[in-house]
Amino acid sequence: MKVRLHVWRQPSSNAPGKMVQYDAPNISPAMSFLEMLDLVNEGLVEKGEEPIAFDHDCREGICGTCSLMINGVAHGPSEATTTCQLHMRSFRDGEDIYIEPWRAQAFPVLRDLVTDRSSFDRIMQAGGFVSVNTGGVPDANAIPISKVDADSAMDAAACIGCGACVAACKNASAMLFVSAKVSHLALLPQGQVEGSMRAKAMVAQMDQEGFGACTNTKECEAVCPKEISVSSIARLNREFLKASVESR
Amino acid sequence: MMSISSFYRSSVGCKVVMALTGLGLVGFLCAHLAGNLLVFKGPEAMNHYARSLRDYLPILWVLRVGLVGMFMLHIASAIRLTQLNRKARPVEYAKKKNVQSTISSRTMMLSGTVVLSFVLYHLAHLTFRWTHPEFQELGDFDVYQMLVMSFHSPYVAFFYCLSILLLMSHLHHGIVSLFQSLGLYHGGLQLVIRMAGAGLSVLLAAGFLSIPTAIFCGWIGL
Repeated sequence: MKVRLHVWRQPSSNAPGKMVQYDAPNISPAMSFLEMLDLVNEGLVEKGEEPIAFDHDCREGICGTCSLMINGVAHGPSEATTTCQLHMRSFRDGEDIYIEPWRAQAFPVLRDLVTDRSSFDRIMQAGGFVSVNTGGVPDANAIPISKVDADSAMDAAACIGCGACVAACKNASAMLFVSAKVSHLALLPQGQVEGSMRAKAMVAQMDQEGFGACTNTKECEAVCPKEISVSSIARLNREFLKASVESR
Repeated sequence: MMSISSFYRSSVGCKVVMALTGLGLVGFLCAHLAGNLLVFKGPEAMNHYARSLRDYLPILWVLRVGLVGMFMLHIASAIRLTQLNRKARPVEYAKKKNVQSTISSRTMMLSGTVVLSFVLYHLAHLTFRWTHPEFQELGDFDVYQMLVMSFHSPYVAFFYCLSILLLMSHLHHGIVSLFQSLGLYHGGLQLVIRMAGAGLSVLLAAGFLSIPTAIFCGWIGL
């Protein structure tokens, strides 16, 4: 199959960028989307042109490094799938494919399709951790946790921090990411030590990074490769309200 | 405890203010519609209601100040959050597809602005009587006659109906959204809140639209 790509090219963070058209013939439907880009890049290198820069690492859908806005949808047309796990069979032969980086004030473009997502790291540093005493290794399962809480915490912990929620949101809001991290820790006994400060600190850092506010349109939930539910945003709002009236 | 100013400065806190004021305004809409529907009971019932509101003047003023306050806070928060949201995405996508968001959720600013312009016209029209000086001669409490006369103008009727339809769109997203912002939208409550939000927004709109419809069909007249 062959496809026509429209790719955002930008040499560096300060340089202006533009959409550039590339034809990609001889694409196998069994290729992953990133393999297709690899092939296009080989062609560019052979021609002596600069290859398209894009983020990728594990290519197994678990590391959260790949990104890409594909035809206006974060991670492309397949539900609950990261870009690296998306295959070319999801596209029509001869289709025009628009590829853009995540767009957000807090995710500045470094080059082409690569963005700087260290704002997520700073949000995690602000409150996305638990206090652990050093010393001997504690017994596994020594702390009783209900099955319901363990399951909900596990669902929230599935977040890989890719930033698709921010990319899809019309306000570039990071609420789904922050709420997944807060929910994951707030549901478990280990997360109670920082309980009252976590939501406040993470929301404050999120605001400071320049992410937008949540208008509850639920676009984030639709594109999340790990299917994090917006009910975790309700939990974050509850945690924030609880923390803001607490005396500490 | 967080100070009120740092609570409001936070995006989540500001959304809570939007939600609480929105809830209050929905409550006002329900009360306002209940009063308006007295038009179907005839001139005496409606004018008596308008007059008897004045019997509780101190309470009325508390409600009025509260209402204006909620309105101002709701609008100020909306403007603040919208500015924040625009700044958060300085470069737009060349191509963007909406997967599951509703049109009403993406057009809250537009529907809100039209409803606000209607509210301002409504005050100038019936409360202060600037746009219709002839109402001054009707005396203070002939609300029934003012209402029926107003809807005989096709422009007024059209603007009213348009605003009510956009109000329905605003509430369709707003009512569910306010419970989400307050952290109450979860588990078994989700279905109840969604049904209540859709139901209440349609019921309120149907109630408000029933009045010009009845006047147009001649079921109620002078």
